[in-house]
Amino acid sequence: MKLRVLAAMSGGVDSAVAAARAVEAGHDVTGVHLALSKNPQTYRTGARGCCTIEDSRDARRAADVIGIPFYVWDMAERFHEDVVEDFYAEYAAGRTPNPCLRCNEKIKFAAVLDRAVALGFDAVATGHYARKGDDGLLRRAVDPGKDQSYVLAVLTPQQLAHSMFPLGDTPKGEVRIEAEERGLAVARKPDSHDICFIADGDTSGFLKNRLGSQDGDIVDAATGEVLGNHDGAHQFTVGQRHGLGLKRPAADGRPRYVLSITPVDNRVEVGPREALRIDRIRTGAPVWLGPERTDAFECEVQLRAHGEVYPATVTADAGGLTAKLHKPAYGVAAGQALVVYDPDASDGDAVLCSGTIDATTAVEAAGV
Amino acid sequence: MAYLDHAATTPMLPRALDAYVRTARELGNASSLHASGRAARRTVEEARERIGDALGAKPSEVVFTGSGTEADNLAVKGLHWARRAPGRDRIVTTAIEHHAVADAVAWLGDHERADVTELPVDKLGRVRVDALAELLDEHPDAITVITCMWANNEVGTLQPVEEIVALAAPHGIPVHTDAVQAVGHTPVDFAACGADALTLSGHKLGGPAGIGALLLRRDTKLTPLLHGGGQEREIRSGTLDVPGIAALAEAVAHAVSTEEAESRRLAVLRDQLVARVREAAPDAVYNGDPEHRLPGNAHFSFPGCEGDALLMLLDAAGVECATGSACSAGIAQPSHVLLAMGTGEDDARSSLRFTLGWSTTEADVEALAASLPEAVERARNAGLA
Repeated sequence: MKLRVLAAMSGGVDSAVAAARAVEAGHDVTGVHLALSKNPQTYRTGARGCCTIEDSRDARRAADVIGIPFYVWDMAERFHEDVVEDFYAEYAAGRTPNPCLRCNEKIKFAAVLDRAVALGFDAVATGHYARKGDDGLLRRAVDPGKDQSYVLAVLTPQQLAHSMFPLGDTPKGEVRIEAEERGLAVARKPDSHDICFIADGDTSGFLKNRLGSQDGDIVDAATGEVLGNHDGAHQFTVGQRHGLGLKRPAADGRPRYVLSITPVDNRVEVGPREALRIDRIRTGAPVWLGPERTDAFECEVQLRAHGEVYPATVTADAGGLTAKLHKPAYGVAAGQALVVYDPDASDGDAVLCSGTIDATTAVEAAGV
Repeated sequence: MAYLDHAATTPMLPRALDAYVRTARELGNASSLHASGRAARRTVEEARERIGDALGAKPSEVVFTGSGTEADNLAVKGLHWARRAPGRDRIVTTAIEHHAVADAVAWLGDHERADVTELPVDKLGRVRVDALAELLDEHPDAITVITCMWANNEVGTLQPVEEIVALAAPHGIPVHTDAVQAVGHTPVDFAACGADALTLSGHKLGGPAGIGALLLRRDTKLTPLLHGGGQEREIRSGTLDVPGIAALAEAVAHAVSTEEAESRRLAVLRDQLVARVREAAPDAVYNGDPEHRLPGNAHFSFPGCEGDALLMLLDAAGVECATGSACSAGIAQPSHVLLAMGTGEDDARSSLRFTLGWSTTEADVEALAASLPEAVERARNAGLA
């Protein structure tokens, strides 16, 4: 069926090939580059970005080569409110957000998709590596190294129904070769890795700029002893080992990790790696991609982008998901997503639901 | 495809294109002394005479430039620099100038601390002459130059250039007018209007892009921007673009000689377009002066719709038009012209400009009429982002 498709084009190789494939599949495709920065110069420059004037130009040139109309949509205001402000707020609350996931949830598959549908488009196509199964559920991409189903798990079934991921069945290497064959200049453009709105990759400096500096203590979680100090709890992430600046080594000589962050009293607790061991996770309200269920069920969960997968038992209620992991996880930060996969689905792992991690319980405390 | 964006650029007239191609085949730098050079020079001088004839200027008052933007910069900066003195550092401009003037003036303000005064406009987009009168009552000696466009590029409102000249003349203040949208579309006579400098551009009247001219009175002092070979009375150095100049002259001569009949034809088509838009979107607001405007301009706000969304939908339907917004790296800003007219930000972002030209036919208007209702409905669903 010929659909009217809006291809979101970041200026990178993936979204360019995705747009070309949508055209080749017979759809009526329009390319759109999202302008996300109120001042494009301040965002990351160079080849890695997705938000610079250069990227906008790369996207435009790709659209020229593919032969589709191209426009720039100004989403800067929405992006700032829903992604950048959320990023600050989460860190200020002692959590570790995933802004790419938030962008998918609030911008690409919400603001952009809503606008596209209102304007008469049937679907939004992106260069994400993920697949949609015949059952309408989200599947992991065939390229495990590139799989992005994790950052797409926040989509509702309605959003997913209007989405198209033309690259899900292709390894990244082949996408680059295809881009080359199609004459797309972005074929060799490096992948973007860092957070697009932090120009120099200095997340700590970015946060300090906005949230300010406030001296606080780094405390041994077991003894309460002050081991050092810091100039803002928002500089830390649970599970972090480097950059603590502790003068004295631990008594046993082993590395210490951030165990918890308490913004109220600007306190950072550290301890040995074992203390990061958790096997129970509670999330905020879930988003269901698969059929909603309230019984305890066996599944696999993923706790960070490109992170390890854990067999688990999950139970859901209206307020959130509770996951009991069958093997312990280390350094799980609140604010990240818990994504629940059905490993037994035909045609690859299927996303059942997801929720934002609120709290974790250490293995010992759970009485295991 | 229905092209309704002639104010952005209009197709080259076949006769201008012929003149361009014919001349481009010929060898010769117009500054060279040999036969080839003399032939090139002859083409340039004939073009200068034709342009002068068509626009009420002496041939020596025609200074060729590389664009309308360059001519505007040359006039604004050149006149300001030539008259700047202790106690005299004020540029008087208007709130609705094209960026080629507005940003040149702003640059002088930011980088050279020129004192910039903007004349306001009324709701129809017409410059308030009374504001200039007040200003001239206070400190006329402080003013280096007054610049006011002949016709606005967005809403098409004709400006009171002759009244401004009449107010400025007793004080000896030079007046520049950006007539890029006016020449060939409404009567323009350089000598009769009394301005000291007037900008025109090739591609707005059926000539090529990359060529423009500043009409500049012989007795008006101006500091050049470009220094070099001393071409164009040492006002604008740079090897002359002979094919561009020949094509410009052809286009100006034709546009001006056919202007009266063509204006009537376009005004009829334009009124038809306005009526069709109102049928399709009864709440559309017709912006600008309903009478004193360019014959080929129709400018609307479509409440609740985003101009960008309408543009995209019409584009997909094969109808090409413009939003009024300036654009930096794709971030649309509401039009400074509409804001100056007192339009709210939302309505300013809801605007579309349709401009007609020599190749426009009734079929173009009908194509718009056919695709507009669905576009408005969809854009309204999408709302204002």
